Amino acid sequence: MKAWLPALLRLALVVLLIAFLTNPGLFEPLLKPLTENNAPVIYNQGSLLTLTLLHLRIVLIATVAATIVAVALAILVTRPAGAEFLPLSRSLVNIGQTFPPVAVLALAVPAVGFGEKPTLIALFLYGLLPIFENALTGLTTLPANVMEAARGAGMTGWQRLVKVELPLSAPIILGGIRLSVVIGLATATIGSTVAAKTLGEVIIAGLLSNNLAFILQGGLIVAALAVLIYDGLSAVERYTARRMGREAG
Amino acid sequence: MPIRFDKLGVVIAAIAGCAAFAAPFATFRANRIVPGQARSILEALPPAAGPLLLAIVVTAALVALFKTPQQLRLAASVAALAALALLIGVAGTFLTPAGNTFARISPASGFWILIFAFTLLLADVLTRLELSPWARVGVLVAASAAVGLLLISGSWNDLSILKEYANRADSFWAEGSKHVTLALGSLLAAVIIGLPLGILCHRVERLRASVLNVLNIIQTIPSIALFGLLIAPLGWIASHVPGAAALGIRGIGTAPAFVALFLYSLLPVVANTVVGLAGVPRAANDAARGMGMTDRQRLFGVEFPLAFPVILTGIRIVLVQNIGLATIAALIGGGGFGVFVFQGVGQTAMDLVLLGAVPTVALAFAAAIILDAVIEMTSTRRREASPA
Repeated sequence: MKAWLPALLRLALVVLLIAFLTNPGLFEPLLKPLTENNAPVIYNQGSLLTLTLLHLRIVLIATVAATIVAVALAILVTRPAGAEFLPLSRSLVNIGQTFPPVAVLALAVPAVGFGEKPTLIALFLYGLLPIFENALTGLTTLPANVMEAARGAGMTGWQRLVKVELPLSAPIILGGIRLSVVIGLATATIGSTVAAKTLGEVIIAGLLSNNLAFILQGGLIVAALAVLIYDGLSAVERYTARRMGREAG
Repeated sequence: MPIRFDKLGVVIAAIAGCAAFAAPFATFRANRIVPGQARSILEALPPAAGPLLLAIVVTAALVALFKTPQQLRLAASVAALAALALLIGVAGTFLTPAGNTFARISPASGFWILIFAFTLLLADVLTRLELSPWARVGVLVAASAAVGLLLISGSWNDLSILKEYANRADSFWAEGSKHVTLALGSLLAAVIIGLPLGILCHRVERLRASVLNVLNIIQTIPSIALFGLLIAPLGWIASHVPGAAALGIRGIGTAPAFVALFLYSLLPVVANTVVGLAGVPRAANDAARGMGMTDRQRLFGVEFPLAFPVILTGIRIVLVQNIGLATIAALIGGGGFGVFVFQGVGQTAMDLVLLGAVPTVALAFAAAIILDAVIEMTSTRRREASPA
């Protein structure tokens, strides 16, 4: 009985989210008590559904780009030819994670102007680190006997990478992607302070007009998305980990 | 003997070469918001200083390019960084027309890329030297002292970021202390509440999953939304609970920012306490029990010291994260360096953004280095104290 309860909760959350995005008017009575002086209850300067899709698009583009670059870099520094870069890249990851997202965002503005671009840059840079860190961990902690066996079977370096190393590290890399997506979803809202079209627009409109209903709906949509995507990616991670016989990190 | 190239050095030399010869060194603007004009190294510096800087940059790049001893690489990177730091100030004075208070001189892309290139070199050398924790803190102190000296000596006073500072010196320090108070205060509160909560979660298994789940969900709420959502309940408390307003609890301002940072800080503290306590070897606990230690003695005498490095790692995550997140407090009137960042974004005044962003990054960076050193010290001490 306990096993299906979390699944049911998640399903309910999905249904609730879709219902809210496609027909926010239904929920008006619920949020009504949060507004004062007959202020609008549901965000009225754009469709919530469109903003949600734009929000997801920014995070998706940034995460895909970050994954490609981070995994490529991690592969590079774990080959014999790139081994010289390994210690430095580890410290760069540590240094990079101390940069606050707002600072990255604000510093990107003079370089590329307002709008989606600085947000994409900040999300990309911020997303790189967890993925790179996990890819490094995955590629450097492969079981020695498996690598030995692959070498013994006469596999070339490329074959070992594609058929052994990457599949075995996949669960750990996925863990990094999951972290970076969740950070990205929240950071994208800050992008609205530099005029990116994301759900942050709803929250900021709420902050400016002192409308709690706006803040709540913007915040809850992002939180629901983050919880669902986190759970979804965790499930994929467990599935690949089971297939690869490795514990997800 | 064949000449051997250093792979990282090739990258650094290429970056430094492009930046020194093809990118602008400084930007001149007639006032703080008009677009600027680019100036190369030779145009931005007095006749003797320009070639000197180019010579230093080229020499340091050559040292990086070939396989050279680490000490030489260290000296080259430090010399190049010092020359850049000193001469950007000279460029500021040189480019400012006499008596003109509106002109703004700021470092341009070439300067930043050169700094980046030689910081890479320095970071690589420092990583390879595998400094002890104390030495790393020492490097940090020396670097801060050097920057502090440059600031006090006034050699950077003609740069635009310091002109922005000069206009806001009082509020800079006020917002700065607010920023630090917010970040450290919420960390302290999170440790006071989070440690006992973590111990409780460790002891009572039924509680663990639900507490960690709730804290996990709080983390997914975007920071600006959480800040905003706390405005209403705190406003209500301020107007309905006697004495609350006198304590500084208000709907907008520092109170919601503090509470939001506190809530975000709980998860790393609680989760790492649980993980740290769970990682205490069974044998240690059994031995302690066998010696007749009470539960309390075991907690403070055995479990806690052994779990300490892991708990500290949680505290490091929280502190670095809080210093970054505190910038967002400015959006709800909570103050902090974010005030300058958001004002700057609003006025498209890059220098003002830098005035807020640079100290934030520096604080987060210093906090990370210091706590990393402390973590390393406590975990090596633990290893020495319990030889296998």
